[in-house]
Amino acid sequence: MRSFTYERAASPQEAASAAARRPNAKFIAGGTNLLDLMKLEIETPAHLVDVNSLALDRIDPTPEGGLRIGALVRNTDLAADMRVRRDYGVLARALLAGASGQLRNRATTAGNLLQRTRCPYFYDTNQACNKREPGSGCSAVGGFSRQHAIVGASEACIATHPSDMAVAMRALDATVETIRPDGQTRTIPIAEFHRLPGDTPHIETVLEPGELITAVTLPKPVGGTQVYHKVRDRASYAFALISVAAIIHKDGTGRVALGGVAHKPWRVEAAETDMPRGAKSVTAGLLDGAKPTPENAFKLPLVERTFGAIIDEARG
Amino acid sequence: MHRASNLTITRRDMLIAGMTSAAAATALRRAEAEVAVSERGAAPPHAKVFFNVNGVERALELDTRTTLLDALREHLHLTGTKKGCDHGQCGACTVIVDGRRMNSCLSLAVMHEGGNITTIEGLGTPNNLHPMQAAFIRHDGYQCGYCTPGQICSAVAVLAELEANVPSHVTGNLTAAAELTHDELRERMSGNICRCGAYSNIVDAITEVAGRKV
Repeated sequence: MRSFTYERAASPQEAASAAARRPNAKFIAGGTNLLDLMKLEIETPAHLVDVNSLALDRIDPTPEGGLRIGALVRNTDLAADMRVRRDYGVLARALLAGASGQLRNRATTAGNLLQRTRCPYFYDTNQACNKREPGSGCSAVGGFSRQHAIVGASEACIATHPSDMAVAMRALDATVETIRPDGQTRTIPIAEFHRLPGDTPHIETVLEPGELITAVTLPKPVGGTQVYHKVRDRASYAFALISVAAIIHKDGTGRVALGGVAHKPWRVEAAETDMPRGAKSVTAGLLDGAKPTPENAFKLPLVERTFGAIIDEARG
Repeated sequence: MHRASNLTITRRDMLIAGMTSAAAATALRRAEAEVAVSERGAAPPHAKVFFNVNGVERALELDTRTTLLDALREHLHLTGTKKGCDHGQCGACTVIVDGRRMNSCLSLAVMHEGGNITTIEGLGTPNNLHPMQAAFIRHDGYQCGYCTPGQICSAVAVLAELEANVPSHVTGNLTAAAELTHDELRERMSGNICRCGAYSNIVDAITEVAGRKV
């Protein structure tokens, strides 16, 4: 690990301005992903701004009937909150499908959104990776690509986003609240928060330097049967090959978002109008234009069948 | 981390060795050499942290890179907590911080200012075992024992999580309290890997302790 200076921030704006003031500064909250990457010298911040003592660890009701989740709410606490379990089941299920008990106790809501990919070529510093070292190329293209993206990828990067939580939040139309170094705040719809790789895969979100996530807000509950189905190589404690977050109403309408298929949580609202017609037709719209590799082409039928099973289950 | 600190030592040793070969290794010059190293920025940033470990207050000044795991093992000599993968994948380093289990390898020591840390040494002693330690012995919940401190810290916290109504991936009804089944324990303990494969005995040990509580 490279050495770094360290400070504890006292307020969100102070944290944002402290991070913006120094070149190569990073926020640290749970640290479960950042420290892993720092040990491998994939992340090499010169300065860490510890945000753990900021008062951003509450889940409060909003005037609109939704929930405002503080950036520092730990994954365990979010999944255990009775309002989330009752009204946003897809989110509780997604959180519980991720990582281990120890990691969920530390991992935060904001940090989960900012997780880096688990692409093995990103993790191996001997390999070319445009995300780790812009312009160096992509060893995953033409490499072992079983885990990689099938849709929305580019020639520069075929990595996937690893989060389960973010997929459920995409289905729930969450919004991300931030504060910038100058004290200005803004809200970003989750659909616009993560970027597709294009030719700048190292830029993963629309956050600006020093911009700090303060909360994630959920709109009022939408009801329906809420399911998160994660398909992975182990029954527990493994990243998704594919995952399906679905909200299905009694009349057959609903929403669906996918994990493990793209550089961001994947949702195509236009495809959801086909939901009463079943999984095949929705999946065709969702994964329209997919460009799988021979090694990950299995993800297309896997999405369709997993989604089909969810629909069958919801119909009882 | 080890690579970097070794580098520092090597550089300092080389300076000192160089002076020795020039037959000028006086104490004064050695001190000058150390100052020179520090002025060049080779001395890594340190920070102070104060926390409570197993009921004892500890004040440390550490290289900021020091993980909680390394602070416990290398600085406080509490070697019961083990380093397995050092990347949060195996759970051998599990300790309980402010009542919650976590991977001490994936947290910086300086992040735990004012924290309350319990390691395996704080749960029980050879003459006064924690019920979970006694149950692991009774049920042969280990073979080599390397993952055992992490397994036991995790298991103690799992029972607290069940009591606090924290659901898991295999909990059937999200709005009901989770039941204490083998499936629940297996899922909740999945962050603790046992290379010897003592899993079924570990589940038996935890079940016994949980049963006594009910």
